[in-house]
Amino acid sequence: MSLFGKLSINAIPFHEPILVGTFAVVVLAGLLIAGLVTKYQKWGVIWHDWVTSVDHKRLGVMYIILALIMLIRGFSDAIMMRTQLAMATNGAAGYLPPEHYDQIFTAHGVIMIIFMAMPFMIGLMNIILPLQIGARDVAFPFLNNLSFWLTAGGAILINISLFVGEFAKTGWVAYPPLSELTYSPGVGADYYIWALQISGLGTLLTGVNFLVTVFKMRAPGMSLMKMPIFTWTCTWANILIAASFPILTAVLAMLTLDRYLGFHFFTNDAGGNAMMYINLFWAWGHPEVYILILPAFGIFSEVVSTFTGKRLFGYKSMVYASGAISVLGFIVWLHHFFTMGSSANVNAFFGVMTMVIAVPTGVKLFNWLFTIYRGRLRISVPILWALGFMVTFTIGGMTGVLLAIPGADYVLHNSLFLIAHFHNTIIGGAVFGYLAGFAFWFPKAMGFKLHEGWGKSAFWCWLIGFIFAFVPLYVLGFLGMTRRLNHTNNPDWNIWLYIACGGAFIIMFGIISQIIQLYVSFKNREALADTTGDPWNGHTLEWSTASPPQYYNFAKIPQVRDIDTWTDFKEQGKAYQPQLAYNPIHMPKNTSAGVLISMSLTAFCFAMIWHIWWLAAFGFISAITVFIKRCYTSDVDYYVQPEEIVEIEHAHIHSATNNQEAKA
Amino acid sequence: MLIRNLCNIALAGIALLLSGCSGGVLDPKGQIGIDEKNLIIIATILMLLVVVPVIVMTLYFAWKYRDSRTHEVYAPKWAHSTKIEATVWTIPIIIVAILGVITWQSTQDLDPYKPLEDKGEHLVVEVVSLNWKWLFIYPEQGIASVNELVFPANKPVQFKITSESTMNSFFIPQLGSQIYSMAGMETKLHLIANEPGTFDGYSANYSGAGFTGMQFDAIATPDESSFNTWVNQVKAQDEVLDPASYQTLALPSEYHPVTYYGQVTPGLFHSIVMKYMQAHDDMAHSKHAMVSHSAAQQHSAHEE
Repeated sequence: MSLFGKLSINAIPFHEPILVGTFAVVVLAGLLIAGLVTKYQKWGVIWHDWVTSVDHKRLGVMYIILALIMLIRGFSDAIMMRTQLAMATNGAAGYLPPEHYDQIFTAHGVIMIIFMAMPFMIGLMNIILPLQIGARDVAFPFLNNLSFWLTAGGAILINISLFVGEFAKTGWVAYPPLSELTYSPGVGADYYIWALQISGLGTLLTGVNFLVTVFKMRAPGMSLMKMPIFTWTCTWANILIAASFPILTAVLAMLTLDRYLGFHFFTNDAGGNAMMYINLFWAWGHPEVYILILPAFGIFSEVVSTFTGKRLFGYKSMVYASGAISVLGFIVWLHHFFTMGSSANVNAFFGVMTMVIAVPTGVKLFNWLFTIYRGRLRISVPILWALGFMVTFTIGGMTGVLLAIPGADYVLHNSLFLIAHFHNTIIGGAVFGYLAGFAFWFPKAMGFKLHEGWGKSAFWCWLIGFIFAFVPLYVLGFLGMTRRLNHTNNPDWNIWLYIACGGAFIIMFGIISQIIQLYVSFKNREALADTTGDPWNGHTLEWSTASPPQYYNFAKIPQVRDIDTWTDFKEQGKAYQPQLAYNPIHMPKNTSAGVLISMSLTAFCFAMIWHIWWLAAFGFISAITVFIKRCYTSDVDYYVQPEEIVEIEHAHIHSATNNQEAKA
Repeated sequence: MLIRNLCNIALAGIALLLSGCSGGVLDPKGQIGIDEKNLIIIATILMLLVVVPVIVMTLYFAWKYRDSRTHEVYAPKWAHSTKIEATVWTIPIIIVAILGVITWQSTQDLDPYKPLEDKGEHLVVEVVSLNWKWLFIYPEQGIASVNELVFPANKPVQFKITSESTMNSFFIPQLGSQIYSMAGMETKLHLIANEPGTFDGYSANYSGAGFTGMQFDAIATPDESSFNTWVNQVKAQDEVLDPASYQTLALPSEYHPVTYYGQVTPGLFHSIVMKYMQAHDDMAHSKHAMVSHSAAQQHSAHEE
């Protein structure tokens, strides 16, 4: 065994021009950014104010930056796949051989779910949830920083796999026995295991952190049934995280034992059983999709009620519906493999249970409808995403119920119909929700609104592109085209493959619009500035703070008596009222422990992937050492003094009331 | 713009229905496939009863209550109506209840493990997925073929399915249901072709680099006699499928040409299913018997 384990110069794919080109671009972009940071002398700012920050708002921003970068990575995979399938018709081979193509569809799935959707959702939750419940930070700020860097560590690993070695060629579910050593001897499956394991740990810690935050740190007067709806849906999602992510951790650990130490949990021989992996994977995997969608439902609820200038219709129904979805989400996992040969009774049970989820989901749709009813709908970018969602998600829900009927699933399973269905729910549901939340809360986080025109352009490109990209996949599913094919030879399919490829390019224009939107908005940030902290006439407490919020969030913890607390304050004339005196505020200090622990663990994971045992030991011991040192550090907090608070608060109140008068 | 999008959806929907007329699961050629197509259509119509109103109401409400229409009623504090809430819970419950009954019954009727009733005796075909090809063994005829499946139309076929290595899914879209093939296990599937023809067969579950090439022709012959002609043709081949030649066949290959075996070692399929158990032959004999017994129990449990 050499010093570098299995790692050698041969692991770098010099023979793949696409990868070499991508690597060159990444390096150049990295150098450019590093050069700019050096030129403007921002390294100190990045380290002190961001990397080591325990401020939930800054961590949220970093989560979303990570999500957007990974969105571009995952989307590049998507457009490569669509182009390959549009080129490789009539028996042509296309430009991506299976060796490369199989890695791409695996990476696309893993990245979009674990490293795009999850960080996006957790980022929005980080920025908004503590503000909505009137808290000054999360329960465990250091843990929050650690969680972010663990997630980032997983993302780093998956990106390293692009240029060092390979990624898994197993599909994003990594079913054994294909993912076992016998059939996947390379490092790809190990990258998969460790990237998911380390980021899963981060997600689990986030779930626990936010559950404690919600249960222990709500403002006085805010009973559970007075929590803003977004906080509620995030809480349900966090309960699901806390309950389901340990299953993923366990199942990946078992696969690790199989691959590293010759265990036989899921192997073909020696009594292993792959069906166990498939069951456990989906026992996590199905709740996972509700972890993604429930916060999006919360965002739509906030957006619809804000932009109609109305209270949310059926708040209690919404809370209980989300709860019902969460509980039912745990007893439907078998619908992912009706075709595995379970008895008719078992299949029928899981089919009916799955359909039952359509009831609370349907109720939610009706409640949004009746929130719009007798409202004053202001058309803006966030509400466009919400309306687009209500139309497309209804169709996605319908195809989901169709797939829940075992008799229909027997012919639609593993086909492109299934692919169309879950993209319909994850894009039309979760991603539209996050993008609505992005546009809605951007001014809160950054202090200026996003450019409307480019936002609308992005929305229409996404919506139209989505229809063109995925309706053909429904058709192809009915035409009998199965998923993960590398090339096809069926003239009936060609036209639909071309249309789907065109759709992907329309979505690309949507993403380009968003990049331009960010640039244009930043350029015009003076004109687009949000000086009041309440640009949309919001309902909940996050809009009572400045934009961006004071770093301590609330000078005085508000007393809550209504779900729409901020609306209540505005109506009572209690908004923007200066206090006579402020008490010192207890705040956590920034720490480098989180990033050091995570990077040590990332090094550990990388070493495990390549069997570099000395580095693995070093990474692991280093992580434990930093952790112990952190545990014995008592210098972790400080007090913000009243003089500083008075200054910040008066500036906010002055700016907010002046601008309101100017508007009036 | 919203209207234009709606038109897009509608057009795509119509195109979707029309396209079902050639190949694929909406153009079934076997009873199971026909039943499944009807099930899909009935369920879709039922759900459209809710889906269409929701979409229409979304667009209508968004238009009607937009902020420029200041003459419309504006009720910012109105957030609860027992009547409406009762209705919006009841409607989906009713639809799902109806769908639930349909689901329960159709799942029993379409159980892939259930032999087809009133269709006469089944032809038995043993299916093995290999990297990356399909092996079909005809135990009653004592022959085997690779990447070509032949059976008479109007005669039900019982497929016993297993895998040599990774998991695949045995799927002939125009005939109906698919079932996973898994190593060390035997799954079952019953299908019938209502008319003669050549149908595309696939592996629907990704199984590695050569997966795309795991396609085969499923040929339904016009009658039993033409099937027997084919059987005799295969029997005339010199190739023999025994444990040794099976080992060679099991080596990974892509786009394996159609191959016929005129003779097959009896019990070969069973030994493929049991090979991961038999690896422990050095264990006590009684234990081995026990293992295969419990495996048999597992399979019969599926059939109950």
